[in-house]
Amino acid sequence: MIIDDLEAYIETEPLKEVLRKYPIATDFLANYRLDTLSEEVPLPQALQEADEEVLSEFGIDRHIVLQNFYEFIKTFTQSETACEVVSSITIHGGLNKFRKPENISLTVSAGEVISVVGPTGSGKSRLLNDIECLAQRDTPTGRQILINGAELDEIQRFEMDGKLVAQLSQNMNFVMDLSVRKFLEMHAKSRLTPNACEVVEKCILCANRLAGEAFSEDTLVTQLSGGQSRALMIADTAYMSASPIVLIDEIENAGIDRRQAIDLLAKREKIIFVSTHDPLLALSADKRIIIKNGGIEKVIETSDEERESLIAIEKLDNTLQMLRNRLRAGELITNELLNSYK
Amino acid sequence: MKLITIAGPPSSGKTSVIVKLIQCMNKPQGSIGVVKFDCLTSFDNLSYEEAGIPIQTGFSGKICPDHYFVSNIDDAVQWGIQSGFDMLITESAGLCNRCSPYINGILSICVIDNLSGVNTPRKIGPMLKFADIVVVTKGDIVSQAEREVFAFNIKQVNSGAKIVGVNGITGQGTFLLSKYLQRARDIQTLKNMKLRFTTPAAVCSYCTGETKIGEAYQMGMMKKMEFKQL
Repeated sequence: MIIDDLEAYIETEPLKEVLRKYPIATDFLANYRLDTLSEEVPLPQALQEADEEVLSEFGIDRHIVLQNFYEFIKTFTQSETACEVVSSITIHGGLNKFRKPENISLTVSAGEVISVVGPTGSGKSRLLNDIECLAQRDTPTGRQILINGAELDEIQRFEMDGKLVAQLSQNMNFVMDLSVRKFLEMHAKSRLTPNACEVVEKCILCANRLAGEAFSEDTLVTQLSGGQSRALMIADTAYMSASPIVLIDEIENAGIDRRQAIDLLAKREKIIFVSTHDPLLALSADKRIIIKNGGIEKVIETSDEERESLIAIEKLDNTLQMLRNRLRAGELITNELLNSYK
Repeated sequence: MKLITIAGPPSSGKTSVIVKLIQCMNKPQGSIGVVKFDCLTSFDNLSYEEAGIPIQTGFSGKICPDHYFVSNIDDAVQWGIQSGFDMLITESAGLCNRCSPYINGILSICVIDNLSGVNTPRKIGPMLKFADIVVVTKGDIVSQAEREVFAFNIKQVNSGAKIVGVNGITGQGTFLLSKYLQRARDIQTLKNMKLRFTTPAAVCSYCTGETKIGEAYQMGMMKKMEFKQL
């Protein structure tokens, strides 16, 4: 049921009903220490019992509370903003460090994976920054980023509210002291996910599939291993994040199935940029951007030959992984063992 | 001259954000100045001096920091104009969550960090509620999910604010922030302009130096806590 006249609804229905319909509104009352109001009557009546002094401490009165309550519900029931229907982004080249033009125009569609490779300090982060702030020839690189083929004015850039881009990097940690399930539920709540329970289940299942070692939903997120954390972050970004673009910075050595992780994000119709030194990841992408001297040197489409070579690279990678596991388990590395993997 | 007021809890990264922001604006040195309102002591002037940014520091000492801010802000503006700045940024630490040194019509920014706990935005109060822009720092070390929940909790308190993520170390995000700053209006004086929110009421015996405990020593504006019988 959609309420046409939200204001009238709030003024006539018992608060209990309004809160049942809009559970998020409970937070609003708690934010103003109004969580003890009677819920049997409509909010305007319930507010009569509110402590005037408490209200004045917040710089509000009953009328403003009512108005803000209405605005609050309106804000959190609005449908998703326009930034979530990003079907493509286009990068128009600018200038490199030596003011040489990049001469490039690259359009990336939803579901596509682009890797960004180049020496450390060559300008990979700068490219990711340009995408994040939707550069319009006004950043040091002079690049321009188009969304769905169109330029953006400043208002549109600001309206994104940082929701355009989700980021994932090796340095990120969980800092909340919550169990995996509670953590995901909290995220789902903030995303106003309608079928939260189902999505949470999916995330846990998927994260466990990506992680080398399984974890239970009761584990505290702060106690997850590096690999498990990364797996949970990826599953969560895939299923719950609002952002249509995902920037990934160095997730190698995380002890997770990297290719499967990237595939998962791509299947969720995200636009993915992976800054990496890892051949397996770089070649799993559809294209790779080569960065040199602060600029885009060229864009290489992954060839069939390269794609086929992934099988061999994966084998090498598995060998290394096996060696890591053996060392961890206190075993010895022998020639025989190495040969058996050739 | 443009005036920007920036507030935020201690250690949220205000100084780093301001230094990176000024560097990102690429204006001639000396055309943007900073006034830092602090409480007892501050080392931020060193960061500003190192970056070649003109800085003036004031300590509120035993005065409520908000009262101190409002009684000195116009003098700060006059100092900025006399020094020939194009832009003056004031930085003040929100020492209690009630601090909100924002003025109607003056661009107001609140800086908070992702590490302060997801519910913190809901507890900060006027300093967050009345800001035009909320800068969120330290996003590079927490998960995407936590950043999103944090931003959601900011929206709960201040649905109209623009949220900008800034990395105080690399300066990532300052570019977009600097775009907002350019929209700030030019002013000559703050005379007759109004604060967005009242400063904390503070005229009791303890404000004036009383240290003894007991009802007999409590005079003026007092607020007593209610203790319920268990």
